[in-house]
Amino acid sequence: MRVAIFSRGAATWVAGCLLLGLGVPIAALAQTAPVLNSGDTAWMLTATALVLLMCIPGLALFYAGLVRSKNVLSVMMQCFAITALITVLWTAYGYSLAFDTTGMVAGETNVNSFIGTLNKSFFAGLTRDSLVLGIPESVFATFQLTFAIITPALIVGAFAERMRFAALLAFIAGWFTLSYLPIAHMVWSGPGGFLWDLGVIDFAGGTVVHINAGIAGLVACLVLGKRRGYPTSAMPPHNLTYALIGASLLWVGWFGFNAGSAVAANGSAGMAMLVTQIATAAAALAWMFAEWVVHRKPSVLGVASGAVAGLVAITPASGSCGPAGALAIGAAAGIVCFLASTKLKRALGYDDSLDVFGVHAVGGIVGAILTGVFAAASLGGAGLPEGVTISAQLGKQLIGVLVTVAYSALVTYVVLKVVGLITPLRASDDEESEGLDLALHNERGYSL
Amino acid sequence: MKMITAVIKPHKLDDVRAALAEEGVSGVTVTEVKGYGRQKGHTELYRGAEYNVEFLPKLKLEIAVTDEQVERVMDSIARTASSGKIGDGKIFVTDLDAVMRIRTREMDADAL
Repeated sequence: MRVAIFSRGAATWVAGCLLLGLGVPIAALAQTAPVLNSGDTAWMLTATALVLLMCIPGLALFYAGLVRSKNVLSVMMQCFAITALITVLWTAYGYSLAFDTTGMVAGETNVNSFIGTLNKSFFAGLTRDSLVLGIPESVFATFQLTFAIITPALIVGAFAERMRFAALLAFIAGWFTLSYLPIAHMVWSGPGGFLWDLGVIDFAGGTVVHINAGIAGLVACLVLGKRRGYPTSAMPPHNLTYALIGASLLWVGWFGFNAGSAVAANGSAGMAMLVTQIATAAAALAWMFAEWVVHRKPSVLGVASGAVAGLVAITPASGSCGPAGALAIGAAAGIVCFLASTKLKRALGYDDSLDVFGVHAVGGIVGAILTGVFAAASLGGAGLPEGVTISAQLGKQLIGVLVTVAYSALVTYVVLKVVGLITPLRASDDEESEGLDLALHNERGYSL
Repeated sequence: MKMITAVIKPHKLDDVRAALAEEGVSGVTVTEVKGYGRQKGHTELYRGAEYNVEFLPKLKLEIAVTDEQVERVMDSIARTASSGKIGDGKIFVTDLDAVMRIRTREMDADAL
């Protein structure tokens, strides 16, 4: 049995609790000489590549297809540049602030429950022989980096077609530093982490990635304001074939995201893969049928959006729920996200261009809450920690959601306001009507 | 001489082209256009956002013919471009003052 000091997985977290419950001192466990597991390492190398594939080209294509043709390059550029920018920041300080465990004590809340130190800046101390959970720390750090990349990239869909590129880079750097890193640390860094100690189950990133990015998207689109002409003039997606290819790459890559979050090639990873597939399919059908009933036609955009909603919702639950739970979580996410992205958005009038809030925040919240239900052994899940009832776990899940929502909203607002003091956030009216591709990048996507 | 301008459904082009060849028409200019007539447009729906597409894609054919050809050419276009449904298009006929073939500088009927 692996020692759950550094794991991000709920299953290993539960195992860790059980070990503690048996009275095994964690210090003694930590002294067991770590050995590299080549099977786990091979899988994690693969999973890392899969998660990177989700952002480029998966998310880039998904978003590119949904904007108008004059802005196709701008969203692809944003996804690609964020991939590079976050990698450099991760090297400089990101990995250290998120995953350094200095000063953390299980059950004790101190400053290091919220953020790591800079001890591992520029991967200080990381060598070929450094191991984390039986895999090279280099692989662990790169795997975690790919999550740090896709999370801010998800946000760009909310203010697509109107944000200036310079302001975007500044915002993303600030948001990554002040929102992503602390929340990743609180949830995933191990015993002593604020939300870890609370017992919030977030296997692969429902709070850290999806609620965090989805709320940031909502706040950002409110701060930036609507696109010119929204919602009276037509802004239809320019290439749904791109969007479908992108959604498909997200689906495939998500096996790395969820099954990789076991940080092992084991039964937990296998079950994560199975429930991911089931929930995604259920959500795709749920959205498609809901749309068929409400709008009379099943659409490509609908079935693809439903799949993404299912992937989002199963993310926190993928280490703890069973196949039946996955069906329920997927179906719920498909319908709720459909309503959020069509009815709620219309009713409230905000211009979340590509429905980052409606799919990622709403799907993430549905998933985070239902994780507390379907983790229960009686509902086919892996089982809640000893003595924790479903309602008690629901309370913990809710706290995890609320902390993430409040913190992400606050940080997003402050960072945007500060960046706005330095450089304008929005493209000018002329630039917006010309299209960001030509106005900001001097290029166009299509010369046909 | 007359200039025949026909606006037709895009998928009828091949049939019309074959019929025109049979009538001895030696040249046609085809342009992709958009417009509306009685057919109006259609609606598209993306994540609940409904858009009215008011201009539908059509093809515009421009055919220069001699006065004797006009009726038969109009007839073959009408026959081959028709589906019997609304939106089949229209044929316009206007007077044509002069035609010159650039390479040889031949004029009018010789240039057609």
